[in-house]
Amino acid sequence: MTYNDKVVRQFVVMTVIWGIVGMLVGVIIAAQLWLPVLNFDIPWLTYSRLRPLHTNAVIFAFGGSALIGTSFYVVQRTCHVRLFAGGLASLVFWGWQLVILAAAISLPMGWTQGKEYAELEWPIDVLITVVWVAYAVVFFGTIIKRRVSHIYVANWFYAAFIITVALLHIVNNLALPVTMTKSYEVYTGAVDAMVQWWYGHNAVGFFLTAGFLAMMYYFVPKQAEGPVYSYRLSIVHFWALISIYMWAGPHHLHYTALPDWVQSLGMVFSLILLAPSWGGMSNGVMTLSGQWHKLRTDPVLKFMIVALSFYGMSTFEGPMMSIKTVNALSHYTDWTIGHVHSGALGWVAMMTIGSLYSLTPRLMGKKVMFSVKAVDAHFWIATIGIVLYIASMWIAGVMQGLMWRAFNDDGTLTYTFIETIAATKPYYVIRLLGGTLFLAGMFIMAWNTFKTLGQAKAPEFKAAEPAYWGEHA
Amino acid sequence: MGIESIDINLVRGAVLILLILAFLGIWAWAWSRNRKTVFREASMLPLEEDFGQVPKNDSKTEGTKE
Repeated sequence: MTYNDKVVRQFVVMTVIWGIVGMLVGVIIAAQLWLPVLNFDIPWLTYSRLRPLHTNAVIFAFGGSALIGTSFYVVQRTCHVRLFAGGLASLVFWGWQLVILAAAISLPMGWTQGKEYAELEWPIDVLITVVWVAYAVVFFGTIIKRRVSHIYVANWFYAAFIITVALLHIVNNLALPVTMTKSYEVYTGAVDAMVQWWYGHNAVGFFLTAGFLAMMYYFVPKQAEGPVYSYRLSIVHFWALISIYMWAGPHHLHYTALPDWVQSLGMVFSLILLAPSWGGMSNGVMTLSGQWHKLRTDPVLKFMIVALSFYGMSTFEGPMMSIKTVNALSHYTDWTIGHVHSGALGWVAMMTIGSLYSLTPRLMGKKVMFSVKAVDAHFWIATIGIVLYIASMWIAGVMQGLMWRAFNDDGTLTYTFIETIAATKPYYVIRLLGGTLFLAGMFIMAWNTFKTLGQAKAPEFKAAEPAYWGEHA
Repeated sequence: MGIESIDINLVRGAVLILLILAFLGIWAWAWSRNRKTVFREASMLPLEEDFGQVPKNDSKTEGTKE
């Protein structure tokens, strides 16, 4: 029996390509915020249409390809068995690419449901559902036919990600179609807002956190050449994380028409989330204990440890921002954008890049990429880019919040809105520079990936022997 | 006593306590002694490289550190 690595290679390549596309659109809209004239008065180049294209591309095209691809690799290796239903796995790959293509056309056309991170119209939503069910069949089919008695913790995180995203996607996208490009959602008013942010925050929790923790639990030990610090902590923090995330959504709706008790509930659960989040972070970081010297020579581990540091930072920042009094300052400002990118670039992208740098050479039977120096260069360019991005948005956000709430003695506002925008402009330039650096790093990665995969014909790997422990021993 | 006479808040409280107990149960189970060997073996899974079989236990790879 051999492993099915073809579909993994396909997803690896597309992860890098969609990363470049999604981040390029991000750089373009960052430039537009600085110079609005850069939309050239062309409707499908306006910020309002490109922004959802950016978010969908980086989350679902870049992040999604990385998650599906690595899950197909990890589930085979930790179950000692070939992927279930190879044809269906190919369908998952091509179906997912079709979804991305449909998004790349429909969003610039302005066809949208108007729900953040769920903009895609109903025919694409149906296609996503079909692909996702196929994905679940392949993944769980592989788990069922596994030849290892224990299900490795990374697979638990991937499983939670697959099941929850299915639930979130279906519930939040329930709509009445009017035409092929227009539908009305079934919820109204505050209920619609609550469903949307139940979806939105759990997309963060299960797409952008649980799935990438799965990557962490496989690729950090692999790259550090030592097992995870505490396996039992991984189990406890798994159950804590997935049961608490579900309730944190209302913190996106502080001081809105949402009932006050729901807002407070969301805040409390967001604060509790700090515990399981840091449980996962410490478990990942401590995996390197006794092996810290490897950071000097292995840039791949640097990506991973910086990713975990950003995970720790943004999961501390998030609960703080969910406190209603803090949120009164931070909400609707660029602080939120800084927070999101500390998670998205710092955690999600850095963990993806690190994992792919670990995985890609192994697909070719090697342990390192074509150029380790290029990996190191990528690391520094990306890290400097993130720091510029986040620091500028923090400063801009706090400044905006303070200017918006400044009053004169007679009760009138001290600043007009346009004054706050003018004051933000320099920070938008710094953010653009940071984003451009991060994008530049992705081009280095693309070159290195094609060099690594293109060196020879990819080998086929024999599945490992069955392994039975504990009760089956 | 009909089901409609049960206070809904009592049910909510009971469910909450059950969930907390379930979580504590998972905790106790994960920390129990008889899981130790299984978890140590399981923690080795990512360390297998495709070129060989399960790696021999050496100083670097002897299961979870904690």
